[in-house]
Amino acid sequence: MAGKADATSLFEPSILKQAATQSVRKLATQHMAKNPVMFVVEVGSVLTSCLFARDLLFGHPAAPLWFTGWTCAWLWFTVLFANFAEAVAEGRGKAQAESLRKMRKDTSARKLVDGVEQSVSAATLRKDDTFVCGPGDLIPSDGEIIEGIASVDESAMTGESAPVIRESGGDRSAVTGGTKVLSDRIVVRVTTNPGESFLDRMIALVEGASRQKTPNEIALHILLVGLTLIFLFACVALVPLAVYSGVPLSTTAVVALLVCLIPTTIGGLLSAIGIAGMDRLLRKNVIALSGRAVEAAGDVDVLLLDKTGTITLGNRMATAFLPSSGVKAEELADAAQLSSLADETPEGRSIVVLAKDQFGLRGRDVHGLGGHFIAFSATTRMSGVDLDGRSVRKGAVEAIIAHVVGLGGTASAEIREVAGSIGDRGGTPLAVCDGARVLGIIELKDVVKGGIKERFDRFRAMGIRTVMITGDNQRTAAAIAKEAGVDDFLAEATPEAKMKLIQSEQAKGKLVAMTGDGTNDAPALAQADVGVAMNTGTQAAKEAGNMVDLDSNPTKLLEVVEVGKQLLMTRGTLTTFSIANDVAKYFAILPAMFMGVFPEIAPLNIMRLASPFSAILAAVIFNALIIVALIPLALKGVRYRPLGAAALLRRSLLIYGLGGLVTPFIGIKAIDLILQATGLV
Amino acid sequence: MTLVGWAQVAVFFFIVLALTKPLGAYLYRVFEGETRPLPRLLGPVERVLLRACGVATSPEQRWSEYASALVLFSAIGMLVTYTILRLQAVLPLNPQGFAAVDWDLSFNTAASFTTNTNWQSYSGESTLSFMSQMVGLTWHNFTSAAAGIGVALALARGFTRRPGPDGANTLGNFWVDVMRGLLYVLLPVCLVYALFLVSQGVLQNFAAYREVITLEGVKQTLPMGPVASQEAIKMLGTNGGGFFNANSAHPFENPTPLTNLIQMVSIFAIPAALTHTYGKMTRDTRQGWVLFGAMSVLFFAGALALYAAEAAGNPIVGALGVPEPLGNMEGKEVRFGVSASALFATVTTDASCGAVNSMHDSLTPLGGLVPLVNIQLGEIIFGGVGAGLYGILIMVVLSVFIAGLMVGRTPEYLGKKIEGHEMKLAMLYVLVFPLLILGFCAVAAVIPQGLTSLNNGGPHGLTEILYAFSSAAGNNGSAFAGLYANTPFWNMSLGLTMLGGRFLMIIPALAIAGSMVGKKVVSPGPGTFPTNGLLFVGLLVSIVVIVGALTFFPALALSPVVEHFLASAERVF
Repeated sequence: MAGKADATSLFEPSILKQAATQSVRKLATQHMAKNPVMFVVEVGSVLTSCLFARDLLFGHPAAPLWFTGWTCAWLWFTVLFANFAEAVAEGRGKAQAESLRKMRKDTSARKLVDGVEQSVSAATLRKDDTFVCGPGDLIPSDGEIIEGIASVDESAMTGESAPVIRESGGDRSAVTGGTKVLSDRIVVRVTTNPGESFLDRMIALVEGASRQKTPNEIALHILLVGLTLIFLFACVALVPLAVYSGVPLSTTAVVALLVCLIPTTIGGLLSAIGIAGMDRLLRKNVIALSGRAVEAAGDVDVLLLDKTGTITLGNRMATAFLPSSGVKAEELADAAQLSSLADETPEGRSIVVLAKDQFGLRGRDVHGLGGHFIAFSATTRMSGVDLDGRSVRKGAVEAIIAHVVGLGGTASAEIREVAGSIGDRGGTPLAVCDGARVLGIIELKDVVKGGIKERFDRFRAMGIRTVMITGDNQRTAAAIAKEAGVDDFLAEATPEAKMKLIQSEQAKGKLVAMTGDGTNDAPALAQADVGVAMNTGTQAAKEAGNMVDLDSNPTKLLEVVEVGKQLLMTRGTLTTFSIANDVAKYFAILPAMFMGVFPEIAPLNIMRLASPFSAILAAVIFNALIIVALIPLALKGVRYRPLGAAALLRRSLLIYGLGGLVTPFIGIKAIDLILQATGLV
Repeated sequence: MTLVGWAQVAVFFFIVLALTKPLGAYLYRVFEGETRPLPRLLGPVERVLLRACGVATSPEQRWSEYASALVLFSAIGMLVTYTILRLQAVLPLNPQGFAAVDWDLSFNTAASFTTNTNWQSYSGESTLSFMSQMVGLTWHNFTSAAAGIGVALALARGFTRRPGPDGANTLGNFWVDVMRGLLYVLLPVCLVYALFLVSQGVLQNFAAYREVITLEGVKQTLPMGPVASQEAIKMLGTNGGGFFNANSAHPFENPTPLTNLIQMVSIFAIPAALTHTYGKMTRDTRQGWVLFGAMSVLFFAGALALYAAEAAGNPIVGALGVPEPLGNMEGKEVRFGVSASALFATVTTDASCGAVNSMHDSLTPLGGLVPLVNIQLGEIIFGGVGAGLYGILIMVVLSVFIAGLMVGRTPEYLGKKIEGHEMKLAMLYVLVFPLLILGFCAVAAVIPQGLTSLNNGGPHGLTEILYAFSSAAGNNGSAFAGLYANTPFWNMSLGLTMLGGRFLMIIPALAIAGSMVGKKVVSPGPGTFPTNGLLFVGLLVSIVVIVGALTFFPALALSPVVEHFLASAERVF
């Protein structure tokens, strides 16, 4: 995808320009009504505008004309700034949608009708139609390969330039519209109608067109609306109470008080936070198919991680040569390398490399040497090479022993011992023999990814348990689990066992996240609270999960959880900040309102603001500017730290609670000083 | 301020603290335990009474059934009391021959006692017969307290019950809770308590009022009546409605320093104990102590502020060159003095009791601000019997929701998620106070029906209005006084406020219980928001103060706050 992690900076000029016009367009009431907090501000702005116009035309203002005018202007700014925040967040998604949309050129398709190819427009393809693609063809629609195998360039989707193999049957049969066939010919059955394809849905999601408020966002909105109503009561009731007390109140001042008290900071930034959360996932090349899933990611208690690819590097690697007594290590390495020269499996290649690294043995071309390569088969369980009359074999220990005994040789008990101890360490032993002589053992090991242990430590600190899922036997699994530092493991895992594990965790009240790609993962993906499907996986898996990882990198699950937590934390901190701000605003505005009639309350004006009007205006300006100041935080999210909940809470309360109390005192005083300096008051 | 004054606050608090655990455990056994105390003696009584109520099998109720039962029970009780008051003249036990009570005062009084408020627009000794006091009012003193405990238990069950495999969504049985509250807690304690009061000199008779000649040779009428039996439940049930107009300042209601201390302790006893009962219900007593802790912080803040303000005395009197060695003694019973009066005023407004042993109208402006704020915070500083617990639990829900997000999880309390539905109900609950108090204040402050009842003008008059509606909405019932409330406007508006402050808050609270009880429980871990530590005490206190202060600060700024600054500048009204 075009939007790689660093492609769009936070504030790209083109996005800002677009957002500026958008923020004016968003003033339309049908848009504002979706956000009651800001709607109240807009109504207040309209009201003060009317007052300003009336004072301008008919004179006899209750408050100075400049005061009404400036307050009115800054109230409008408050609304515009909130709209701007939302527009910037949306703009970043739109830029990405645009690059996706470019892929959706109207391609032509070679549709198969009764076995005959017809050239039709891709837009006419319907579900269950079949079409053919050859080298260089753009795949016209999402579908499933029913015949053939091809290498496909999916870089348009994933940003990954290496081609992937797609073939009929099994877990690699899904193709995505807009990707390109590089070699071979495939026949594909269409799985979606136009407009519903994966690409279409992605564009809609990215643009925010189909964005719905998430459950927690709705709950937070209710809180904000409730607070707004409370302040509405408080401000409206103030009018008769002021009449009783003989205090003349200008309507502008009451509106200013109301707007300053209602939670405009969080109210104005709430939707931007939500959009930015989805966007942050997208930047990591993960598409959340619902906002609910992003929230759930923050709540996850248990991560089910596939061993291969997530915890360990994809394949086992040779890590040591263990010669039999009387055999030199170099001889074993040489034989092992010879037997592996034609072995294109990752294990085979790692043996060649290890021999080269340890003993400087250069790889040779087995065919150039005139040898005959014996391929691995499930019945013999060994492979090797016949060269210059030598017959070198490597394979499972029992298979090699049987082979040697069959040739009249003997195998020492020592070989079995060494093999057993390797098994205990979680490794796999491969025996090597030359003719009837056992040369020794190659130790193959799962190599745990660098830094993964530290990562799991962070999750433990956050209270998240990690469970490794593997097809290995108990002993191997236990050893790797220990080395990787996971909390638990499920050995000899079958899809059913995986499903059962998820259900039992959920029954204990845990939220479970997992990744998967195969069709047999689909039920588990659907059952998990957060199911991240690999983009290379089957259509069934992608439909079952609630997120799709375009990079097909299972480690991503960890980042998904962090983004989810970050999203919730950003909401929480800004809400706390917003509410804490109100205390200072009271101290700015209330004394200013009553000082005319009760000059004795001057000590309450603890900020020593210049005049009642400058005090109120300074509070309104602060209230508007704080929204702008917090836009970067809303879009980037608060910095996530892997701490326990108690430590995290203490920290956040200190920064955003206490900070929220203190900041406006400083800010309002500073604005008041500037207002004085400009001679406005 | 004196050392003895401080010691009184400390001694009082330590007695409450010492009672919390044993009494809380007793309440847990009564309401949640497998077996109840004295099964041979009280077991058959309970069974017979429950059978008489038609709930012999004590079926579990859903929240709506629980709420309907409570509303129905209260409505019938209110109607009966209204009828008794209207028919007082023809009913027995009326030695003074008092006339029927007017319709508006009857409505106000019936609403007041039904809602555990005990706001009194009348003076008992010159308005009500013994029959009206004992049957019409004392009945409510017992049952409204028991019903309050029931609601608190239902909400606690909502948070703490684990949903069964059959998806149980019930909260207990209202009739059973009320019956057990009366039978095992309120009646036996009050029996002993009343006898103790009698031993100290509190009246308990059906005699006609007595004429005596004082030492000065003046004729004085001494009112008589069954005082002790009403006095015990008045305190223990946080009712607060005095037999006499002077309430606990009257020597026949509160004769000795010992009764004064015991009366204060008995106000806090059950509300404080319920926090421990709650802790036991959550299977983590620290959850209960956290609530107790937050309440204690707010209690001490109020008590010390009020004591300091009163000890400092009246600035205007000081400016006249009159020394006030004892502090502001205006409106105080000389037997009790500044510290015991300040403590009593704090306790009675922290808990929604409303009994008084001094004149709140005569407190210094800042002194008067404390009881007002105590009530406006939602009657959750220990609060009314039951009402305090369900009130603070709603504030817990708000705190968890606002700050819980900051740990990066969607908010949850005791493993149950707080979602949109609960927030909607919690906000409905929170909105009741500003709507009733500020709404009625705004009206009363500008219409002649409101203003003509005021004793004072200026900010002090506004405080009197604000206090009256706060007291009614908080179901406190203490009067700031200085306000003649026995007019149709005040009786009606305060009556409606009391009903709203009780039922408009109980119904959302029960609805929250109903939606929480069926929720899946997420087991706690290091990543879950901790609600059983000191940090949460601080957070809870901040949220309570901020929500209360933000709502009422503008109104308070125009009443006691302005009055304080004006008094300091020697401006009076």
